[in-house]
Amino acid sequence: MSDNKQNPALEQMIGKPGVTRRDFLNEITLGALGVAGLGGTALTYQYFSPNVLFEPSSTFRAGNPDLYSVNSVTFLQDQLVYIVRTDAGFYAVSAVCTHLGCITQWKPEANMIACPCHGSKFHRDGKKIEGPAPRPLPHYAINLTADGELQVNKLETIKPDKVLRA
Amino acid sequence: MATTFQTALENLRTTRVWKSIFRRGPAITNRTRSLAVFGNLFLHWLPVKVREKSLRVRAAYYLGSLSLLLFIILVVTGVLLMFYYHPAVPNAYHDMKDLRFVVSNGVFLRNMHRIGAHLMVLLVFWHMFHVFYRGGYKPPHEFNWVVGVVLLLLTLFLSYTGYLLPWDQLAFWAVTVGTNIISAMPIIGSKVRFVALGGNIVGENALLRFYVLHVVILPLLAFLFIGVHFWRVQKDGGLTVRSKDDDGKN
Repeated sequence: MSDNKQNPALEQMIGKPGVTRRDFLNEITLGALGVAGLGGTALTYQYFSPNVLFEPSSTFRAGNPDLYSVNSVTFLQDQLVYIVRTDAGFYAVSAVCTHLGCITQWKPEANMIACPCHGSKFHRDGKKIEGPAPRPLPHYAINLTADGELQVNKLETIKPDKVLRA
Repeated sequence: MATTFQTALENLRTTRVWKSIFRRGPAITNRTRSLAVFGNLFLHWLPVKVREKSLRVRAAYYLGSLSLLLFIILVVTGVLLMFYYHPAVPNAYHDMKDLRFVVSNGVFLRNMHRIGAHLMVLLVFWHMFHVFYRGGYKPPHEFNWVVGVVLLLLTLFLSYTGYLLPWDQLAFWAVTVGTNIISAMPIIGSKVRFVALGGNIVGENALLRFYVLHVVILPLLAFLFIGVHFWRVQKDGGLTVRSKDDDGKN
């Protein structure tokens, strides 16, 4: 087999002694297939990650601050967010349980947020009281628009000690 | 009458069409009986010869065959359900309701598919436990045990993807909770959930993805692995029969 014979020119070119033409072609073919496989995997992953989502907007207006009385917790059902007003001001807390994504409920009589699925309980500032939830309920960025309405951005979580002064 | 029928059958066997399909003589010797199995695409992955004791009910309680039977029932009823089902929001829920209350015999087919799916999960688990306690995973059956585990996972994935399709509250929350379990994976968890759902919430993309997995990808994989599983039973020398049942005869 002529292609199994050692080829000095080839050995010199790729700097490895003892490489036959067959070894060279095998390696280059495997390498090309590997590159194509990796590229194919990356392209498939990109294809399956949608660029445009037909989901509700993550930023929403929560109306005039006067709608909320001091020391109140208001559940916005469409947005799954609590607007909490304290003496210090406003903050927005997620209503989605950090355990497995169920929708929690504000229980005014018990002064806490409770999850119906697996019994996690939270303070109104999102701190966990008990239950399987691994993290406190996150606080979303909240600010005032130019025309004086509350605006919440659910893509941006902020530290729980940040409060919008009212 | 019987002889007329016999003569007609024998005449049929001499025709060119019959010979071109079966390509062998009548199955009267061991050789021609074997050829009948070897030469048939649908039979060739079954054993040509089985030990009598492996045909007894107590050998395996036919659990694997019953799982296959349920799989075939699920494919047939599932294809029939597809004629009325749109994997879209809000059509999916309405189509499911229509199947129950409007379409003739729709409720029968839907329940056959639904209850059949529950039974299949039960039977596949039962089959696994039976094989496990009989030691059916031991050499030379280790490979087929692994194929069986893959089939168990495929059954569970089929069951889970099908659970979303009625698009009711139960479906929505089951998949919300289930995919949040995915996002508990370190580092890549939330990315995998995003790709599995095609978004951040269980919405129209998720329904379509689960539908395609449920009706095309997972059934094809299941067919492939079922084929290997049955063929391998034969190659590994038939069912595992308990030594207590082994009466020394083959």
